[in-house]
Amino acid sequence: MSPELLRLLVQATLDTLRMVAVAASLGTLIGLPLGVFLATSGRGELLAAPWLNRVLGLVVNATRSTPFIILVVAIIPFTRLIAGTSIGTSAATVPLTVAATPFIARLVEGAVREVDGGLVEAARAFGASPLQIVLKVLIPEALPGIVLGLTLAVVSLIGFSAMVGAVGGGGLGDLGIRYGYQRFMPEMMLAVVVVLIVLVQLVQTLGDRLARRMNKRLRHG
Amino acid sequence: MTAPVRVPVPADLSDRLAIPEPLVRLEGVAKTYTARRGAGAVTALEDINLAVPRGRVLGVIGRSGAGKSTLIRLVNGLERPSRGRVIVGGAEISALSEPALRQERRGIGMIFQHFNLLSARTAAGNVALPLEVAGYERSAIRARVAELLDLVGLTPQADRYPAELSGGQKQRVGIARALATNPKVLLSDEATSALDPETTRSILDLLGRINRELGLTILLITHEMAVIRAIAHGVAVLDGGRIAESGDVFEVFTRPQAAITRTFLDEETGRTLPPALAARLTPGLAPGEGRQAVLRITFRGPHATDPVLAQLARDAGIPAGILSGTVDEIAGRPFGTLVVGIASDPGTVERAKDFLAARGLDVEVLGTLDLAGWQRTAAPRATDLTHVA
Ligand SMILES: Nc1ncnc2c1ncn2[C@@H]1O[C@H](COP(=O)(O)OP(=O)(O)O)[C@@H](O)[C@H]1O
Ligand SMILES: [Mg+2]
Repeated sequence: MSPELLRLLVQATLDTLRMVAVAASLGTLIGLPLGVFLATSGRGELLAAPWLNRVLGLVVNATRSTPFIILVVAIIPFTRLIAGTSIGTSAATVPLTVAATPFIARLVEGAVREVDGGLVEAARAFGASPLQIVLKVLIPEALPGIVLGLTLAVVSLIGFSAMVGAVGGGGLGDLGIRYGYQRFMPEMMLAVVVVLIVLVQLVQTLGDRLARRMNKRLRHG
Repeated sequence: MTAPVRVPVPADLSDRLAIPEPLVRLEGVAKTYTARRGAGAVTALEDINLAVPRGRVLGVIGRSGAGKSTLIRLVNGLERPSRGRVIVGGAEISALSEPALRQERRGIGMIFQHFNLLSARTAAGNVALPLEVAGYERSAIRARVAELLDLVGLTPQADRYPAELSGGQKQRVGIARALATNPKVLLSDEATSALDPETTRSILDLLGRINRELGLTILLITHEMAVIRAIAHGVAVLDGGRIAESGDVFEVFTRPQAAITRTFLDEETGRTLPPALAARLTPGLAPGEGRQAVLRITFRGPHATDPVLAQLARDAGIPAGILSGTVDEIAGRPFGTLVVGIASDPGTVERAKDFLAARGLDVEVLGTLDLAGWQRTAAPRATDLTHVA
């Protein structure tokens, strides 16, 4: 592979990492509280707000059930509003974040729902407020599950980020399509795929290790 | 109140007798869980009147589903009664707003069957949690946690996570956590039900010690008679959401009124006959050859070790064979039961009952035992045992 192509590959990898990092961060920033709220606001639950819970649940489901490629096109006006353009790496971050947020919210919701209800009961019994229960009991206890969820979200985002390449988003997917497919350069296609595999592998290993370290439910030797 | 009211206990128990004012009171309490999709309304508790005197241990015993957990959760306001009042100290728990209730709960500790410890926090971290929630200073928390872990004997395990502790140790952490904010009442929801007998014993000892040394009032619920016997002063028997009977532990256990209490006793105190004998026992069977009248003699307090069978044989001329027997201790007082067989003719039975009753023993005729066909094969004939007396 020529130095020129290699430079392109490095640049595309950095673009992908930036898109994924920004989308994952923003997605977590909104998705984490949203997920905690979804997990605790049902009827008779800690922060009971059944109507808001329903509405948010519907919005989350609607976003989740729209195929990503459709979502990218459907929210182009919104993307323009935020990023000023609908083409390029920055613009691609917008649909990525929009897709990541409800995904992360559902994963966080699942992790929080896994927390033993007895712990909430105990915390209520010693006088903790709902907010204290969320911050001192639910989130710390759900943390290993949340980390695993975020790992899954980042892995999915790496895949999605390659997809935005198809609509002019930049990054590894863009590179693979423009060079590997359109200019028929199999070695570039292969390189893109290898980098993607390595990235996913790295993220997964790191996430697993972090979650395991946080999980005190297992006995450590 | 529908539960039988009992006469005060004998004078040698003056300390059990001087009943202080109640710290926890349930007045005419009922709890109905409203109907949900697919399920009708459930009445978990009805017409509950209960008082826990300051500094005492009150045990509530009942079968699964009797309403025990509901009852105890009413006391710290985790549930609200459908009717009636719940009062702890000066506060009417059942009438408080949620924020006011949180404040009150700091004065009411609670421990649980499954411990409910945070897996992500060490023993010390778990004990610290109620103090953090109550807004204590960091240094004050550290000092108090050390004190509490020492009290429950877990200082060496302070930095272990719950997954690294045994069941008994976990419950000790639970107890330390429950005591963190210096509560006046401790609620225990089946706190020993997940533990083996030996660990149960040590946890009950710890609770008893806390009751005596810190003067902590304890309301505990259980489905095991042994737990009540070990540390409770008073007992209430809960059956189908109602209190079947209540009173001093020794009184209730030695003179049970309600059928449900008897079934608990039969399981726990070995008052049941060996199965082979029970199968041959018929209440109301006519006397006859090879048949014996079976009496249950209950020894209470000072009479528990009297040689009554010897006296029955010598002074009344009625030999008795022992079918089963135990001597036990309830709430620190000796208590025994003896099941004996005597000649089945009505005259002998009446004389034996009068003789024993005159000596302060409770006697109950369980029925007539037909030993035909059994005595030659299995265990010694009941009549062969008369020389024991
Ligand atoms: N939250 C609830 N909703 C509906 N029914 C309940 C609820 N909690 C308890 N019950 C019902 O109330 C009855 C008493 O339950 P509980 O107090 O848990 O009994 P115990 O602790 O003695 O086993 C049971 O029939 C149970 O199914
Ligand atoms: Mg229960």
